[in-house]
Amino acid sequence: MSLQFVVDGLLTGSMIGLGAIGVTLTYSILRFSNFAHGDFMAWGTYATLTVVSAIGAVFGKVAPIGPLSFGWPLLVALVTGMAFTALLALLLDKVLFSRLRSQGQAIIVVMASFGASMALRSLLEFTFTSRPTYFSRAIQIAMPVGFGIRITPDQIALLLLTAVLVLGVHLLMTRTQTGRSMQALSQNAALARIAGIDVASVIRVTWIIGGALACVAGVMIGILVQIRPFMGFDMLLPMFAAAILGGIGSIPGAVLGGLIIGLAEAGAVQLIGAEWRAAVSFIILMAVLFVRPMGLFGVRER
Amino acid sequence: MDLLGYGAFFLTTALIFSLVTLGLNLQWGLTGLFNVGLAGFVAIGAYTSALLTTPDDAARLGGFGLPVLVGWLGAMVVGGIAAALTGMATLRLRSDYLAITTFGVAVVVQLVALNAQKLTGGPFGIGFIPRPFGSLAETPLLFNLSNLAVVSAVTLIAYLALEHLSRSPWGRVLKALREDERAAISLGKSARFYRVQAFAVGGAIMALAGALQAHFTGFIAPDNYLPILTFQVWVMLIVGGSGSNLGAVVGSILVWGIWAGSGTLTSVLFAPEQQARAASLQIVAIGVMLCVILLIRPNGLFGDRPRRQRPGKRTKPVAAKSSSGS
Repeated sequence: MSLQFVVDGLLTGSMIGLGAIGVTLTYSILRFSNFAHGDFMAWGTYATLTVVSAIGAVFGKVAPIGPLSFGWPLLVALVTGMAFTALLALLLDKVLFSRLRSQGQAIIVVMASFGASMALRSLLEFTFTSRPTYFSRAIQIAMPVGFGIRITPDQIALLLLTAVLVLGVHLLMTRTQTGRSMQALSQNAALARIAGIDVASVIRVTWIIGGALACVAGVMIGILVQIRPFMGFDMLLPMFAAAILGGIGSIPGAVLGGLIIGLAEAGAVQLIGAEWRAAVSFIILMAVLFVRPMGLFGVRER
Repeated sequence: MDLLGYGAFFLTTALIFSLVTLGLNLQWGLTGLFNVGLAGFVAIGAYTSALLTTPDDAARLGGFGLPVLVGWLGAMVVGGIAAALTGMATLRLRSDYLAITTFGVAVVVQLVALNAQKLTGGPFGIGFIPRPFGSLAETPLLFNLSNLAVVSAVTLIAYLALEHLSRSPWGRVLKALREDERAAISLGKSARFYRVQAFAVGGAIMALAGALQAHFTGFIAPDNYLPILTFQVWVMLIVGGSGSNLGAVVGSILVWGIWAGSGTLTSVLFAPEQQARAASLQIVAIGVMLCVILLIRPNGLFGDRPRRQRPGKRTKPVAAKSSSGS
């Protein structure tokens, strides 16, 4: 088999990994699995697309940067989209999740996230219809880099962006006071409260990071594949599987889990066929639950 | 006459939904097991029964031409086994893992339905599923009424059986596990064993509902079992009130009425090319409704939970159930 699946796998893995960071943070700090996370992705992508079109309408056609398929408008739009998605996550938490959390039934929050996911996705379908759209219809020439592997400039740029973002989040979690507060809250909420940690602000930061990264992951899918209202929902199972494989609460684990699932999916596409791709995450998920439910870097539940 | 026929048709569909909701009520309402992949179990039932009862077909496996009742039993067995396996894999872990796994089950069942052409007929589905009163199809009213009678009978049996189960010692153990796991375990009840049983029985009921639906319409395709089905049934249970079998039935009829009514309304109000968009707005409305009910009336119409009041919190209508770890 050709080694091309490595590049495809790393790219899919980056998208899954960036999404899984949000899932794992919500799970470890707010203690519920957020089924609306995939729809944050889709909303962020459509927000970015809207801003790109708006800039296009004002400034006319903008030349792309170097060999890439997109120019500065997309970068500006991406930052706007990240802010928008973070705000959306905060808003949803304020009107829905935080109220249910205060009632203390964790699983009700999961169900509410399921309902919110349906509503959010259908609202996208209503506004933008279910027809797929694209950031750019230009076709990029893939450059051969040896070993039978070809890669486009866009793909290189997005892999680099993922690496920078993951490193940034990792440093934030391990080197700053905010990050340490987040870890404290995920390890022992009661003790963290007693130690005087501002829980409300930690929760805000969690949603901001999760929402912003979901938007980046969505835009990656938009650039490399296509934009559809269901794009995020279809990523939900891989993201959950990656978060559990890596160990709930672990950022490096989520990213590594994402890369493993991405590579496995790409390998399966070559060996078995693309139509069975979605089953890969399920098989990996079941294997982890049977063999090592705490995941690669997880800590045992106390 | 037309109205009566439509009424019978409507009630038949609503009662099939209420059968699924009864299954979910056993899993969630009584036992507290979260199933977001119930569309997968309904699909398993429908496909099993279709495979067992359709006439022989060279293009795919089987078509065994067995009697309809055998198909229904087979659906319950296969659905129950699938649910038991899912439960065994995840019920020793946190409740969220069950949710994620059931979600995965639905995705995989959908994939198999779409891609395993030899087994499921692929995207075109399976047709020519024998209908219990197919000979009456020339007189639609009689046909609809006899279907309604069969479905009502099955639903009534399931309802009475579940009512009996929930009052039996078995049902009381499930409620005890839901309310206070530690106390129940300390009385010597194996939490995992009881939960797997409840999950399996619930899955079998859902599969039976899928089989009923398949034989009622005579045709099934993967599109019938999308996540929207899961979502509809959840709304039905929450509206009716989780924990109450009566609530499950009433909630199903009520929500299906709202759903069908708003569907008719959008088809009257919107131009044909706007129908798809209007349908998505319908889903938004129901999604918001689910969240609002969870916020303001988590017990639904007939719900029985949470019963336990925490000392010192008596003034609040909704007592907080102690979260895990405390």
